[in-house]
Amino acid sequence: MRIAILSGGLNAERDVSLRSGRRVAEALREALPNAEVIEVDLNGEFLDSLGSQSDSGHDSFDVVIPLIHGVIGEDATLRSMLELKGIPFIGSGSSSAARSFDKGIASGLVPQGSAPKFVAFPQSFFREMGAPRILDTVIAGIGLPLVVKPISGGSALGVRLCTAAEHVAPALVDAFGYGDRVMLQRAVSGTELAVTVIDSGGKLMALPPVEIVPLSGVYDFDARYTAGATEFFVPSRLAPDVVERVGAYAVAVHESLGLRDISRTDVVVDSSGVIWFLEVNVSPGMTETSLVPQAIEAAGLSVGGVFAELVDQAVARVN
Amino acid sequence: MVGNRMDPWIDSYAQRAQGLTASAIRALFSVASRPEVVSLAGGMPYVSALDSEQFAQIAARVVREQGTVALQYGSGQGDQTLREQILEISGLVGVRSHPDDVVVTAGSQMGLDLVTKIFCDPGDTVLVESPSYVGALSVFRSYQCNVVHVAMDEQGLDPQALREALVTARVNNSPVKFIYTIPSFHNPAGLTQSIDRRQEILAIAQEFKVAILEDDPYGLLGFEGEPPQAIRSLDDQGVIYLGSFSKIIASGLRVGWVIAPHGVREKLVLAAEAATLCPSNFSQLTVSRYLAEQPWQQQIKVFQELYRERRDALLHSMQALMPTGTTWTVPQGGFYSWVTLPHQLNATTMLPRAISSLVAYVPGTGFYVDGQGAHNLRLSYCYPEPARIQEGVRRLAGVIEAELDLVNTFGVNYGDDGGRRSSPSLNPNSDLV
Repeated sequence: MRIAILSGGLNAERDVSLRSGRRVAEALREALPNAEVIEVDLNGEFLDSLGSQSDSGHDSFDVVIPLIHGVIGEDATLRSMLELKGIPFIGSGSSSAARSFDKGIASGLVPQGSAPKFVAFPQSFFREMGAPRILDTVIAGIGLPLVVKPISGGSALGVRLCTAAEHVAPALVDAFGYGDRVMLQRAVSGTELAVTVIDSGGKLMALPPVEIVPLSGVYDFDARYTAGATEFFVPSRLAPDVVERVGAYAVAVHESLGLRDISRTDVVVDSSGVIWFLEVNVSPGMTETSLVPQAIEAAGLSVGGVFAELVDQAVARVN
Repeated sequence: MVGNRMDPWIDSYAQRAQGLTASAIRALFSVASRPEVVSLAGGMPYVSALDSEQFAQIAARVVREQGTVALQYGSGQGDQTLREQILEISGLVGVRSHPDDVVVTAGSQMGLDLVTKIFCDPGDTVLVESPSYVGALSVFRSYQCNVVHVAMDEQGLDPQALREALVTARVNNSPVKFIYTIPSFHNPAGLTQSIDRRQEILAIAQEFKVAILEDDPYGLLGFEGEPPQAIRSLDDQGVIYLGSFSKIIASGLRVGWVIAPHGVREKLVLAAEAATLCPSNFSQLTVSRYLAEQPWQQQIKVFQELYRERRDALLHSMQALMPTGTTWTVPQGGFYSWVTLPHQLNATTMLPRAISSLVAYVPGTGFYVDGQGAHNLRLSYCYPEPARIQEGVRRLAGVIEAELDLVNTFGVNYGDDGGRRSSPSLNPNSDLV
């Protein structure tokens, strides 16, 4: 069996994606010693090689694992191509990926009332209507503090917490550097958790939530990818009934968005025990400091074992 | 309850390692290596201009004929023959010395590290130009130095500002260990000190009894006339000179050198031995043979012509395409031009948009330790071919236009951001080509 691990890509999460790809490749080579696991950087040649006899005489890949984070990898783009070519791949299909990748759309589809109040606007709206009047309305309607973030993309790139009205415009300039639409959302405080959901033999299983405590107080890019900068608790320190509710919630998100195989839902549980949706990832990070590998290990599983099962499922799905 | 911080040694690291963290900027640069991106970021010499077959033959002969030396440990100070050849090269910028005063290093970056190691205790003050070479700032920070930027004008390091910085340090009872300067074809500013300016700076250093650490990797890569004479050519006791083969032969060889006063040299050799035992014999013998057998001065002329053509491509493209209000320096040699953005745009904030538009640069804040440089960026013209440079500038101009639109939409003024101030606009574009 030839397995392509697609990582890299051309966006700001390229380096993170390459590290995710290496980690999964190593784990799969151990779990599937007879498989040929190849790490591939997405380019035109790769797309040409799918579904045809390659120049090297090898068959095309039997299954693809898209680990490109951000645009192309986590939206509908790459997955649509794979679907058109009829190539089995791990993870959500193009339609559900597109829904999940847009934080605004996803927030409207998750269990009712669980997304903090938000708006999502393109840059042209601010330009044409006049930013000051829009911001006045938004700040009054959503309240402070609020979070400004690109509507899509991950690793907290372009995300800023605004505690005062004058912080919002510079934060928008920053966020629009990562895309044409930006979300302004009420900030919620509480315990930050990442919940991995795995489709195991047709049964959705929530893995132990990972509790995230960044030492700087903000789970930004540096806190995510500098070993030591964040303290993780797996299992989380929350009461068992809350943990159970959070797991059930993540499964509900996975189902309501029509996701497949694996997802990671990020939530905040406030002091009243209310679960707030932040975002969902269909191609979550798998680096040394990422959250999903911690959850997998805490569940008594292995990264290689989980992905090997997902490979089988993907192949069976197409067959 | 204690959580997992993903690094069991996190509480064991030295204080100086605290700043070694991941950063979004570094992550963005990972995209710059893709062929779709025009990278005007890195200062990679264009080694494709070398005759690689000649190099292969030289390397083969080194192993075949000198293998027992090339593959063995060697002198901590470096190969004797190579040190003599280094003096021949340094003579082109007026540096006269004895081979005993030359220490061969793994690139001049190691020389920087060794000099800082033997001079600086934590908290010691080092004066650097404003802006300064990012690799030097990393070294100074790693030794926990107090780095103080000194302003530049069109001729480089400003003598008046230098004097004021030295007086301030004296008043604060914070003795300055050395003045770090790149007098020729400065990285990143692209400026060159005149001989008068060099004499003025040296006189001030001598008056205050402070050493000068002169970094001169680009000195032989001028586009007009004779190479600028090194400050070291004016004073062999007060100036420690760093040289490198990285830009005049190949950076992958990792061979540089320090020429230092006798006492400093002795300590450098001991520090070098502690760090690496000895520089690579294989690399040294390869360089030495290259210098002995190949027309290296002719090769330098090839590099000069190549980089001048690329510099011109950059300047012409910027003149034709950059939005009004953008200014930049006009380098007379070396690899870099220093750009000041219009309306105080923030080069760091703009970088993701640039990467999305498949062009890369280095934001100016990387060349400061104190947050300055937000409105600046460094462009390198050394690696991409002229047509790619033009395409890169076209993309960058579009990015700046889009950023201007964005900033105007939101009425953001980065000039008021966090009290950070811009470095001066060094040369207006009206002075250009």
